Amino acid sequence: MNKTPFWRTTWAIMSKDLRAELRSRELVGAMLLFTLLAIMIFSFALELDRLTREEVVSGVLWVTVVFASILGLNRSMAMEREQGNMDAMLLAPIDRSAIFAGKMAGNFIFTLVVGVLLLPLTTVLYNVPVARPMLALVLLLGIWGFSTVGTLLAAMTVQTRARETLLPIVMLPVVLPLLLAAVRASNGIIADAPSEQWQAWPQVLLVIDVIYLVMCLLMFPFVVEE
Amino acid sequence: MSETRPIIEVVDLVKAFGVMPVLRKFNLSVQRGQFVALLGPNGSGKSTLLRLLAGLSKPTAGHIRIGGWELPREAAAVRGQIGMVSHKPLLYDNLTAQENLLFFARLYNMPKSEQKMRIQEQLKRVGLDRRADDLVRTFSRGMLQRLTIARALLHQPHVLLLDEPYTGLDQDAGGVLDELLIEAHQSGHTLVMATHQLERAAQLAQRAVILSRGKLVLDIITESLSGHELAVCYSEATGAQTAS
Repeated sequence: MNKTPFWRTTWAIMSKDLRAELRSRELVGAMLLFTLLAIMIFSFALELDRLTREEVVSGVLWVTVVFASILGLNRSMAMEREQGNMDAMLLAPIDRSAIFAGKMAGNFIFTLVVGVLLLPLTTVLYNVPVARPMLALVLLLGIWGFSTVGTLLAAMTVQTRARETLLPIVMLPVVLPLLLAAVRASNGIIADAPSEQWQAWPQVLLVIDVIYLVMCLLMFPFVVEE
Repeated sequence: MSETRPIIEVVDLVKAFGVMPVLRKFNLSVQRGQFVALLGPNGSGKSTLLRLLAGLSKPTAGHIRIGGWELPREAAAVRGQIGMVSHKPLLYDNLTAQENLLFFARLYNMPKSEQKMRIQEQLKRVGLDRRADDLVRTFSRGMLQRLTIARALLHQPHVLLLDEPYTGLDQDAGGVLDELLIEAHQSGHTLVMATHQLERAAQLAQRAVILSRGKLVLDIITESLSGHELAVCYSEATGAQTAS
């Protein structure tokens, strides 16, 4: 039997995840609820003047995205382990890295949905216009990076008993460079700073994304094999 | 590949988790089309052996060959030849029976033109053709296990590995599973089944391989044995008490 092509496997896994999620709304529902609560709590807890609000809003945005994505990543990988589905995929004549790509693409779409809804919500609650095309691009790059690293780390931590607590502990230090670049770029965009002050950060984000993607694709087969 | 050559060859297989050996210099040879029952107390290494045969785990030492291919070196070639059924369903709750099988048909690179026909054939074979569009989460344990068999046989593997497939099944569902396994055996599949059900092992399998503490302690032809006789052999080999 011939090996299933990489992209066909990736597409099959991603579309399976989307279909299951459209039906259950288990994952995105929980992520959206968390996002809504977090952004509201930050809004009420930080009674800030307009200038300070502009300074902190990108931090609030990214902290919310990171924690919402952790919530989704944990669940997405747990679904594969609980019913033994990861074993079923590992039995098929497919590249292990294609399993990673499929799961990662699904996680990326779920987190992106949350990120897209977060922009207008933040604009309303913080009275800071964050729904801008450049910020959307930074959000896209940041979420891509979190989904990449998160999918690999979730595949590792899901094998342990304390997976819910372990994933954030392991993931947050690893995504720190991503978070730093994303927050710096977002700060500059929101503050309408001259582009030369922040335009290097989206490029840094892109480079980190590429490095993480290559590393995760190479490491995933070792993570899922006994 | 020669038809007389064993389809499964295990030579001096060792598997250890850390310093804890689970299989110790284990040897086994299974001919094409044979139905072998793996018996032994909990922790004797049955499930570990099945995972090694499926290529889901790597041996610490020794050799495994499936259909002439060496594991884990040629695992990619072996994967398409193996189907696995375990006590976990290996199915997605939020997909229908048909969608589950379609997903696995895609993973096994089945031609698009064959997918629908093969899925319907398998669903009919396990008696779930009328429930094809129902979500798997609405299925009973027995129906889940039937669908699991359909999934495992969808890509027409040469070898079917079964890890305690009767777990959680009532008498009727167990009977249906018996029929499916007999049919799979008659249609030429090689079956290796880990089970604690000695009566069933004597009834279905042609041969029983009994493990104890990671070693093969008895390899016996079961075709002329009753469940009780097999239970006596099992007790003598493992030193365990049996209910049969």
